[in-house]
Amino acid sequence: MPQFFLWFFLWAIFPAHAALDPATLAPFAGDDSTLKAAWVTQNAQNPDPQVDAIYQALSDDSLLILPDGSLTIFDGEKYLDAATGAPLATEPESTDGVIVNNLLRGALQSAIALRGLASVDPAARLTAADALKEAADVSFLPALEAALAKETDADVKEALSRTTALLQLASPEQATRLAAVERLAVSRDRKIYEALLPLVESESDPAVKTALAGAVREIEFRLDIANFFTNAFSGLSLGSILLLAALGLAITFGLMGIINMAHGEMLMLGAYSTYVVQGIFREHFPGAIDWYPLAALPVAFLVAATVGAIMERSVIRFLYGRPLETLLATWGLSLILIQAVRSLFGPQNVEVANPTWMSGALDLYGVVLPYNRLVIIAFAFFVLAIVWFVLNRTRMGLYVRGVMQNRPMADAIGVPTARVDMMAFALGSGIAGLGGVALSQIGNVGPELGQAYIIDSFMVVVLGGVGQLAGTVVAALGLGEINKFLEPYAGAVLGKIAVLVLIILFIQKRPSGLFALKGRSADT
Amino acid sequence: MTNRRQFIQSMGALAGMAALPGGVNLAFGAGKEPIKVGILHSLSGTMAISETALKNTALMTIDMINAKGGVLGRPLEAVVVDPASNWPLFAEKARQLITKDKVAVTFGCWTSVSRKSVLPVYEELNSLLFYPVQYEGEELSQNVFYTGAAPNQQAIPATEYLMSKEGGGAKKFVLLGTDYVYPRTTNKILRAFLKSKGVPEANIMEEYTPFGHSDYQTIIAKIKKFSAGGKTCVISTINGDSNVPFYKELGNQGIKATDIPVVAFSVAEQELAGIDTKPLVGQLAAWNYFQTIKNPQNAAFVKMWKDYVKAKGLKDAPVTDDPMEATWIGIHMWKQAVEKAGSPDVDKVRKAMAGQTFKAPCGFTVKMDETNHHLHKPVFIGEIRADGQFNTVWKTKGPIRAQPWSPYIPGNEGKQKL
Repeated sequence: MPQFFLWFFLWAIFPAHAALDPATLAPFAGDDSTLKAAWVTQNAQNPDPQVDAIYQALSDDSLLILPDGSLTIFDGEKYLDAATGAPLATEPESTDGVIVNNLLRGALQSAIALRGLASVDPAARLTAADALKEAADVSFLPALEAALAKETDADVKEALSRTTALLQLASPEQATRLAAVERLAVSRDRKIYEALLPLVESESDPAVKTALAGAVREIEFRLDIANFFTNAFSGLSLGSILLLAALGLAITFGLMGIINMAHGEMLMLGAYSTYVVQGIFREHFPGAIDWYPLAALPVAFLVAATVGAIMERSVIRFLYGRPLETLLATWGLSLILIQAVRSLFGPQNVEVANPTWMSGALDLYGVVLPYNRLVIIAFAFFVLAIVWFVLNRTRMGLYVRGVMQNRPMADAIGVPTARVDMMAFALGSGIAGLGGVALSQIGNVGPELGQAYIIDSFMVVVLGGVGQLAGTVVAALGLGEINKFLEPYAGAVLGKIAVLVLIILFIQKRPSGLFALKGRSADT
Repeated sequence: MTNRRQFIQSMGALAGMAALPGGVNLAFGAGKEPIKVGILHSLSGTMAISETALKNTALMTIDMINAKGGVLGRPLEAVVVDPASNWPLFAEKARQLITKDKVAVTFGCWTSVSRKSVLPVYEELNSLLFYPVQYEGEELSQNVFYTGAAPNQQAIPATEYLMSKEGGGAKKFVLLGTDYVYPRTTNKILRAFLKSKGVPEANIMEEYTPFGHSDYQTIIAKIKKFSAGGKTCVISTINGDSNVPFYKELGNQGIKATDIPVVAFSVAEQELAGIDTKPLVGQLAAWNYFQTIKNPQNAAFVKMWKDYVKAKGLKDAPVTDDPMEATWIGIHMWKQAVEKAGSPDVDKVRKAMAGQTFKAPCGFTVKMDETNHHLHKPVFIGEIRADGQFNTVWKTKGPIRAQPWSPYIPGNEGKQKL
């Protein structure tokens, strides 16, 4: 019955099918966003279809102001009167866009969501109910209660009851408030916590006040647990990035002993390959644009591996056993590569977009796990598996290990050491290229990308123990976790310094890293 | 012309410049000695991202002035040097420009640290520097004209906007920046400002990250935690590249501009050109100019830049932004001052600069203050659109006077003029 009265009431103030009164639209021609937002909120329950048209126009910036102050909607072809929806008699000479700011956008989203609750499609209702979680006006309460009463879908019901309870917190009825607090106490959502926290102070009823304080404590406890896991996840994510950046170096520096200052540029080449592949997909396969990072993987590997092979053949092979010269030569090569990319693509960073399946996050009991980071963690272990397999289960891996452990002996029994060197260096570079694809998804892609990772990469390999894949893995993940658990207390700047100090102390104690090689090969 | 030719040869990397319309100079400048103008912007290193566009803006403006007959009938000749994002090198190159190339004026610098590095050189040799970037204030020099914003022309109005009902009525403030002089000083001023508005200490969070920081997970978790119990906003002085991972992380963690708005002071159209702007829509920036501002001066300015980028095959994005506009204003004002003074002499030009006005692309007539070497500029606050441009959501009624010495820092009273 109350529902009926509500609709009757609405019908009385908003006569159906009549056009909107142009006078009420006047705020849109003005500067005050609060008035515009108020109009949007007040008309959320106005059944007139012209309201939908105005909401739509506001959402896509097509609500325009005519020189005389009246409003028009440009639908892409013609100008329509905003109040009636009828086409304008004459095309306007000039128009000015209605400014939509965050305040208005927020009101708009929640008003559109409220109208979306009437949809027959449960998925659309769920989207609407989720949007209303963000913000809902108190005036929506009767409509929300009505929608909740007849809702059948469990997920939508859950979302709606939450929003309703939030609004009921302001109810004058003590019982309603108490019920709302109890309903919300089971939440693990920060938004609810934020909504309840100030009420603990302002609540006058002692029973509700106790319930509020209890609810806040409960939610706080859950949030703290979630926070711990968020930190652990951040550390794992940082670790996986360090691992990807360092894996290539674990081969070129760790196994081959080349102080490869151009390692970072291999990452950079991988990232630029991703950018180029993205461009090709945009141009030629716009339908499959979401899958471009997969196509970028082999491209990045080949590009970086080829450049690596050329570097090895043309420069590095003449410098084996001369670490200082290698350091200088590879540093020079890195500068050449940076400048080459800068000349080719410009000094500006280039835009590499996340595909939709890597945007957004998974909310697991209040722990927010961004998809791009989840994908990168999985990818890091995938690349690790490849490297392990190649080194330990293939003939080439056997050769590489053989040559590194005892070059003259490997040579004597017929291993083509020169070719193995080239292949190993190309493999290390190619793996760095793969790392570059992943890095392009979380950070900047610019000519200096590699410079940001080179120090971290060396840090990981040295800390892990040169020549040890397992050491690299443990060092990368360990550094990631330590960094992320220090950062909240020490801040990003001090946190980084603290980690470096820890590493220095550790290397002093154990100069050969976490996993020191034992036996004769360790001395060579 | 030999000078220019030699110069072009020496700058082999800047192949795009080879097509400068030198013929125009010959047509009117024959027999007249050109006025040399120094351009001191990093063309390599980390700051190249931002500064190359300013170098090209300066060259475009000089070309245009030359095409219209130069200054005092003499053509301008640009001397471009590359201080390579290396702060001490800035001072060296500045000295070279003044003593060896004998430039009449220099347009250049981006970071505050580079400006601080060249300042003693300009004061010692009594030459002029036009500095086109927004900065932290707390400085005044006879030898520098500041065409970017002082804190009261950018940071303070932006914070006021966030506190207003329009801007969301923020109660809690996160001051987030890169760890160097500009963010630290700006945040010092903002903290004092917020305190003067009655914001308690507990509602202000200050965080810094190293240059090039790319992992914002922890900081965003911290911001989320901090945001409990009051509308929160982030005031970001994060510089350059780090903005991308910051905004990406915000987007992925599901924080929208309607929940926690972020206002940035170092993100302009040129920076947005290298960013996937989807997750940024609705985030704010405060500047004295946006490309989307509609007026004939701006339309001409934007078109000229787009044509210039295309004609020269430049790698810069074909979008205009605030520091580019400030460069454009600076060169034009200097030209007007030289014409008023009747000579490019430093002391005469300095005197003629006072009170100089110019109809700027921002849609207002900006004025060089008579006493403090700063421009009177309008302030705009814009929200980022999906196409990497800004929607103006708030603006001042007119240009406001710069306060290089912030009144919110104790001891600054009475320092407002030279």
